[in-house]
Amino acid sequence: MLNKTGIPEKELVLSRFPNQKALLKPKAILECYEDIPCNPCSTSCPFDAIEIGPNINVQPHLLVDVCTGCGVCVPSCPGLAIVIAQIRGNDAVFKIPYEFLPMPEKNAVWDGVNRSGEVICDALIEQVVINKKQDHTAVVTVSVPVEFLHDFVTIRVKL
Amino acid sequence: MIEKDLIIIGGGPSGLCAAKTALEAGMEVLLIDRSPNLGGQLVKQTHKFFGSKAQYAKTRGFDIAKKLITDLEKFEKLEIKSNTTVTGLYSDHVVTTYDNHEYLRYQAKAVIVATGASEKFLAFENNDLPGIYGAGAVQTLMNSYGVIPGSEIVMVGSGNIGLIVSYQLLQAGVKVKAIIEAAPTIGGYKVHASKIRRLGIPILTSTTVKKAIGKDAIEEIEIVSLDEKWNEVPNSSQFISLDALCISVGLSPMHQLLSMVNAKTKFINELGGFVPVIDHHHQTSIPGIFVCGDAVGIEEASSAMMEGYLTGLYASNHLGKCHPNEKEMITHYENQLSMLRDGPFGIKTKVGLEKLREGNKHAE
Repeated sequence: MLNKTGIPEKELVLSRFPNQKALLKPKAILECYEDIPCNPCSTSCPFDAIEIGPNINVQPHLLVDVCTGCGVCVPSCPGLAIVIAQIRGNDAVFKIPYEFLPMPEKNAVWDGVNRSGEVICDALIEQVVINKKQDHTAVVTVSVPVEFLHDFVTIRVKL
Repeated sequence: MIEKDLIIIGGGPSGLCAAKTALEAGMEVLLIDRSPNLGGQLVKQTHKFFGSKAQYAKTRGFDIAKKLITDLEKFEKLEIKSNTTVTGLYSDHVVTTYDNHEYLRYQAKAVIVATGASEKFLAFENNDLPGIYGAGAVQTLMNSYGVIPGSEIVMVGSGNIGLIVSYQLLQAGVKVKAIIEAAPTIGGYKVHASKIRRLGIPILTSTTVKKAIGKDAIEEIEIVSLDEKWNEVPNSSQFISLDALCISVGLSPMHQLLSMVNAKTKFINELGGFVPVIDHHHQTSIPGIFVCGDAVGIEEASSAMMEGYLTGLYASNHLGKCHPNEKEMITHYENQLSMLRDGPFGIKTKVGLEKLREGNKHAE
């Protein structure tokens, strides 16, 4: 399906999520499902929590216990395939990459969107960070109801 | 006749990198490009690049161009001629150029052809209607000149260029109505596909454009589904209204200058079409004439850069001017190149290069 539509299968997505207990702390979700020659996620991680090894075609592997969820990898991934996820009470909190105008503003409510591009929930914008190191890729902290933990992937301005 | 050690034709990623290592080796280099600016296609690439540090990964394409151009600034033995068309290449290394109503003749000791690639087009009814663009033109308009090509567009082709340009169109506020792909699966990296799909853009595989419809410009297209033998599925027509159609169905190596000197070429599907036969040092069948980058097989810019660095070293060595760190650098860039080709996307190139070299004595 990923091959034909660009939408990864649910099992594929779930395979990249650590268990619920680990997600009480923020962790990187590496949605890289293909052997492509690329390693900035690994080299950018200040904690060496993302393993690729000498052959850069290998898919990244997250050392869940080492990952602090700092989010440095989010704007470093050229494929925009990394988000940080965390369970916080009844919310799932994400740090996502965002490269569109207008930029969201703190406390605004945008649409929460799934991997097929469908609106699935409201998404509260908690923080928007854009600094020189990120090179024009904003990192947006956003919370959605926790039941959308595995479905939410990005935001869209409400029409 | 103006004399030079090395003339590099094409100032894209491969040509720029070739210039750097050749200059470091002490060569006197003339770098010629037909565009007003150096950088080739990199100047229009607003996305972050893949690869590793050696290929400037996670840097945006236009910033890589700046970096490669800056790398050349310190060299006094470099002459750059931009806005200049190479009108002729001869087997005795004579290069003729035309710019600003001036025709010049150069005599080089060696030549590197780094002319890149041209876009393939697609045959369908009314494919000459205004509003039908190649992906390169869309990128030039949009990313170099800040002009959007239309307000509602369909992309034909789901290779990396089709996917990336679709994303850039969305960033520019253009409505991308669909990406259609004749093959049964998406051609480019799935991360690119996923990042477009989650913006709500459908990617329709086994689908092609049959007809463009419009009076003075494109207004609508007819798309049809294809079966596993690439035949039209009856009654599968759909119509999409739009004001622009972007064609991104692959690239062909620009071998024309090499054909002019009768360099041996071969048709290698995996490399994008007719490519010059090369030895292991990127030398064509004409001694002293080298080729690198997309001109010798379509790949990513990351590979073109590695080939450029290598070919600058090879050409210098050919003229007896060895880079002080020649051995280490050749090993390093050859390793980089083979690593870039090590994944499933690189297999095509590997197979293509094998076919290119087999049965060629000069390539042994």
